[in-house]
Amino acid sequence: MAMTISEKILARASGKDRVEAGDYAVGKIDLAMIHDLTGPLTLNVLKEVGYDKPWDPDRVVIILDHQVPANSTVTAALHKRLRDYARKYGLKNYHDLGRQGVCHQILAESYVKPGMLVVGADSHTCSLGALSAFATGIGSTEMAAVFLTGELWFRVPETVKFDLKGKLERGVSAKDIILNIIGRVGVDGALYCAAEFAGEGVEQLSVDGRLTVCNMAIEMGGKTGIINPDRKTLEYTGVKTAPLRSDPDAEYLKVVEVDLDEIEPQVAMPHSVDNVKSVSEAGEVRADQVFIGSCTNGRLEDLEAAAGILKGKKVNLNTRLIVIPASQKIYLEAERGGYIRTFVEAGGVVCNPNCGPCLGGHMGILADGETCVSTSNRNFMGRMGSTASRVYLVSPETAAATAVEGRLTDPRKYVRGYRT
Amino acid sequence: MSGYKGKVWLFGNNIDTDVIFPGKYLVLTDPNEMAKYALEGLVQGFSSKIAKGDIIVAGKNFGCGSSREHAPLALKYAGVGAVVARSFSRIFFRNAINIGLPAVISKYARDVLKEGEMISIDLERGYIQRRNGERLPVEGYPQFLLEILKDGGLLQNLKKRVKKEKRR
Repeated sequence: MAMTISEKILARASGKDRVEAGDYAVGKIDLAMIHDLTGPLTLNVLKEVGYDKPWDPDRVVIILDHQVPANSTVTAALHKRLRDYARKYGLKNYHDLGRQGVCHQILAESYVKPGMLVVGADSHTCSLGALSAFATGIGSTEMAAVFLTGELWFRVPETVKFDLKGKLERGVSAKDIILNIIGRVGVDGALYCAAEFAGEGVEQLSVDGRLTVCNMAIEMGGKTGIINPDRKTLEYTGVKTAPLRSDPDAEYLKVVEVDLDEIEPQVAMPHSVDNVKSVSEAGEVRADQVFIGSCTNGRLEDLEAAAGILKGKKVNLNTRLIVIPASQKIYLEAERGGYIRTFVEAGGVVCNPNCGPCLGGHMGILADGETCVSTSNRNFMGRMGSTASRVYLVSPETAAATAVEGRLTDPRKYVRGYRT
Repeated sequence: MSGYKGKVWLFGNNIDTDVIFPGKYLVLTDPNEMAKYALEGLVQGFSSKIAKGDIIVAGKNFGCGSSREHAPLALKYAGVGAVVARSFSRIFFRNAINIGLPAVISKYARDVLKEGEMISIDLERGYIQRRNGERLPVEGYPQFLLEILKDGGLLQNLKKRVKKEKRR
């Protein structure tokens, strides 16, 4: 019988010929990732158990990214615990300051291959489905179970297929696609499901754009976002073949058609990711801060698009612009492309690769009554600081245009002739 | 394990992990410390207002957002005995059970139960008992999840399994 790519990966990992939605399967884990906020809780559990050696040191990845460099003695202690743990077991996949970036970007650049079963102690692990892996977020305690056994139970999810047709207008990008989808289906529109993105619209997207789309599958409750492999997937991951893919007659819980020609620049208004409007209909939104970065939109293509709009212009005097490349590699490439210079000359700041203001942890925090227009993925109440602040989620293009005008701005008027 | 009993606290739909446990406190690793900030985004001083064993009853998609285990830990250590919801976000559901906090799916509870009423939950038989004698059905767990809850969480369950391994 026909299977989806998600079912095929879970079947392979659990040593079965086939599984179907609703089955429980125990899968062997190919990669397990922890970071500086969820990792220490995993180590607490391992300490309690009294045995903390990972089942396979080569399959464990530890990345410091949420609050880097350390901003307090408390954070410094968390970092030190992970560092000491990595040293104790000689873990080669350990990414400390200067050798890191946002965890999902590092996993994409260096670790994930099509067909893998990947778990990360972070909800946005679903991003990696863009590389045709089954990748999902788990908690710290079950990560301890993975460290001890190399296995984890899964309920094989139903799949919702999003069929992307048509072509995006200039100035509209991958972020607008996923915001549009979440606005349509709601924050529980793919609850406990795999969200499979398919169609000619996906084929046109770069791997950067695909990572953006899959990144936000969790914002509609998805267990993973996933895309079938093609030539771009193979090139990016450096593998020759990727045999696991959805059969043409695989069964889907539902199919949602998305017409890319119809999508305008989108914005998720406070305080819910499905509170989506077109930027042109959002009304007057003054921006105290603009953030371009995160696991959603901190990649080279995003920085290139933002720099294209900001080049030769100044950030509005009432607005603070924070730009954060998602990895050291992207940072260097953005420097080479001249984008870093553009941001600094425009009057923005460029920070070292880390999660930055997205989670309101240690930088770019908002005061009462302040507003941030952000390329990140969550606008929950208090997400970026004060519970009386407001976060609007947009594409890098919209964020850049907003930085120039100091208020939420449709970027299309800035992109004529750009990226031809 | 079946003795979950407490006062009902009603919440709405899509209660996210950032209001259950704000990001600025994620550096905490002691659950008793975490408890102080439970639901801070919605109810000021929640942890000092609830009585041990009280039960959260919410709408759909409870715990959506982050994978932070701090969210169910903070609720549990604040004294919450169980969370009942029409549906849960997947990661919160797993995390709650893994730390020994029952996450109970009930289609009707949110519409029927009243703020502050006393209820008890029988997980094995699969119902919520009201004082007026009415019983509301809840979704059953697969056996291995019931085992984890019986053990008090995945940690205790792991300890048991490690002990068995050593004995072999």
